[in-house]
Amino acid sequence: MIGFEGAVALMGRFPALAGVDLMVSAGERVLLQGPNGAGKTSLLRAVAGLLPVVAGTAEVLGQDLRADRRGVRRHIGMLGHDNHLYADLWVRDHMRFRAAAVGADAQEVARAMELVELPSRLWRVPTRRLSAGQRRRVALAALLVRRPRLWLLDEPHAGLDARGRDVLDNLLLEASSAGATVVFASHEVERAQAVADRVVDLGGGRVVGDRRVA
Amino acid sequence: MSEELGSTAQGSMTASVATRVLGVVAAAAAALMLVLGLVVSPADVVQGEAVRLLYVHVPAIWVAYGSFGLTSLASALLLWRGRRRSDGGRHYDRLAGAAAECGVVFTAITLVSGSLWGKITWGTYWQWDARLTTTVLLFITYVGYLALRNLPAEPTVRARRAAVMALVSFVNVPIVHFSVDWWRTLHQPASLRIGRRPEITGEMYWTLLYSTLAVSVVAAWLMIHRYRVIRLEELRDEAGLAVALEQRRGEVVG
Amino acid sequence: MWRDALLVAGKDLRIELRARVTITQVAPLGVLILVVFAFAFNANAVLLAQGAAGLYWVAVMFGAVLIIQRAFDVEGDDGNQDALRLSGFQPGSIFLGKAMALAVQLLVLQTVLWVGLVVFFDVGVVDWPLLGCAGLAGTSTIAVCGTLYGALAAGVSVRDTLLPLLLLPVLAPALLAGTRAFEAATGVTTDAGWNWTGLLFVMTAVYTVAGLAAFGPLVEDG
Repeated sequence: MIGFEGAVALMGRFPALAGVDLMVSAGERVLLQGPNGAGKTSLLRAVAGLLPVVAGTAEVLGQDLRADRRGVRRHIGMLGHDNHLYADLWVRDHMRFRAAAVGADAQEVARAMELVELPSRLWRVPTRRLSAGQRRRVALAALLVRRPRLWLLDEPHAGLDARGRDVLDNLLLEASSAGATVVFASHEVERAQAVADRVVDLGGGRVVGDRRVA
Repeated sequence: MSEELGSTAQGSMTASVATRVLGVVAAAAAALMLVLGLVVSPADVVQGEAVRLLYVHVPAIWVAYGSFGLTSLASALLLWRGRRRSDGGRHYDRLAGAAAECGVVFTAITLVSGSLWGKITWGTYWQWDARLTTTVLLFITYVGYLALRNLPAEPTVRARRAAVMALVSFVNVPIVHFSVDWWRTLHQPASLRIGRRPEITGEMYWTLLYSTLAVSVVAAWLMIHRYRVIRLEELRDEAGLAVALEQRRGEVVG
Repeated sequence: MWRDALLVAGKDLRIELRARVTITQVAPLGVLILVVFAFAFNANAVLLAQGAAGLYWVAVMFGAVLIIQRAFDVEGDDGNQDALRLSGFQPGSIFLGKAMALAVQLLVLQTVLWVGLVVFFDVGVVDWPLLGCAGLAGTSTIAVCGTLYGALAAGVSVRDTLLPLLLLPVLAPALLAGTRAFEAATGVTTDAGWNWTGLLFVMTAVYTVAGLAAFGPLVEDG
């Protein structure tokens, strides 16, 4: 699914990734750990094709990212620090837009809303008036309608309440058992390690540790 | 990328044998131009001494057009071939920037000299005719381009964005020219048309042609130096990259 | 490509529908510009009638700058730039969609301005087809140029001052053409109004092609 070898990525002059070696197979649930600035966000963005890799090998879903960064995105679902919501749109407008972009129908939208446990009374509420946790759930629902083969999540638990976090964990487990690959970065060590089956430590823009967890 | 790190700047000056020769030639050419323009060529029957301003005004706008053309060419090359070059196309970006700065300077010279000429011959600093109006818009357009180039952003992003604007501006200029020309027809028709008898004759014609050459040489000298200064600025930034890589790798918590 | 463009346009228009910025802020501002010009020209009815077409297009352009800034603001918030990149839309579709939404909003603005012209400056129409075509052509030109330059200037801190500086020189010929065409349509002059309208259509075509070509790098790198 993911094949990075000696991958270097720059943000301006700064080497955000300074030679990353990482191989991930389908169905794995990989947790990225490391101190702030270690390169977790940059790695997720590089895998999504958002951050260009300038040296080394970078392959995602069989596609060479150095040749074409755009092709993989259809199969990727990304949840970053931001929620990618338009503040003035209603939840309904937002979900319909995201669904239409990938050709998902109203049924799948309803299913996604159910899975993230967003009540229907929020359907006609502009996203700017939702709580942070509710906004996160909308973002998660928007990700679900894409049916991605590769999930990339950056601090996904942030902003969610306890119930929301449980919902998210279950969704991740379900996704990977259905064959999708999950790569996520989190500071929530205990919870994250319970979900993940592999932990990769990052430091100074490189992989410094890689181990399986039960 | 490592090739860039390995090379060193040629000292702290931007001169080389070639530019020194060029510089001497430029200085000599400019001196001769002054002699020809101010002393040797005669005053015009109609315009009087003011015609001497044209020896600066007309070459300046030609040089400006050439410079902006170079900016557009370099920008096109950056977008189409940039990725394939080892330096990522930065050579083209530097070229586009140096050429645009040169063009803006010479457009300003054109506007000022033309304005002075107008005051002497027409009695006003300005007329809303096709040429002048287009030139003003050209000037503002490329001032905007330089503003866009100077915005803080990642170098590749900034270069590509500027290149896009340069190409769109290249399309824009003929449209502006055409529409304004339609609108007004006061300015003197071009006094140098290739293949037609020029309207100014004799010594004035040759002085004008020669001045164009002299100004072009000066402009080329300026552009080469500006290009090299840009290169030095980039090298200074890059020298930090090797250090940054080392520091980054040393960040690992033991 | 067109399907995606319509999706993007729909999204932009729905944002306007929910937030109602163009209707409640930009359109009143346009009318205000007309009123202020009346003060500037000392309510001289003759001058105002002659200058009406020009004032109209100036007001449209300033209004357009505001609408464009807003259109790209919403794309900059909450990481939406990334969302667009991840969406899988072709950059050309995004360009067309945003230009179409902008055109619709401009038409709304122009309707309000037109009412203002008729009421304040006592403008009458002698050539309705010319007026309509010139209006549409001018709108489409501003829409495509505005979307292109809006993207060029998007996301930078000095965007608010940079956008007008970049956009207005480009739109100068459109202002010229639109004004001349409207003057012919309202009987102020007997100029070649249809020729100017033709120029506007040419500009639309040229900048649509430019925008389609340019949006790839702009979306990716911006």
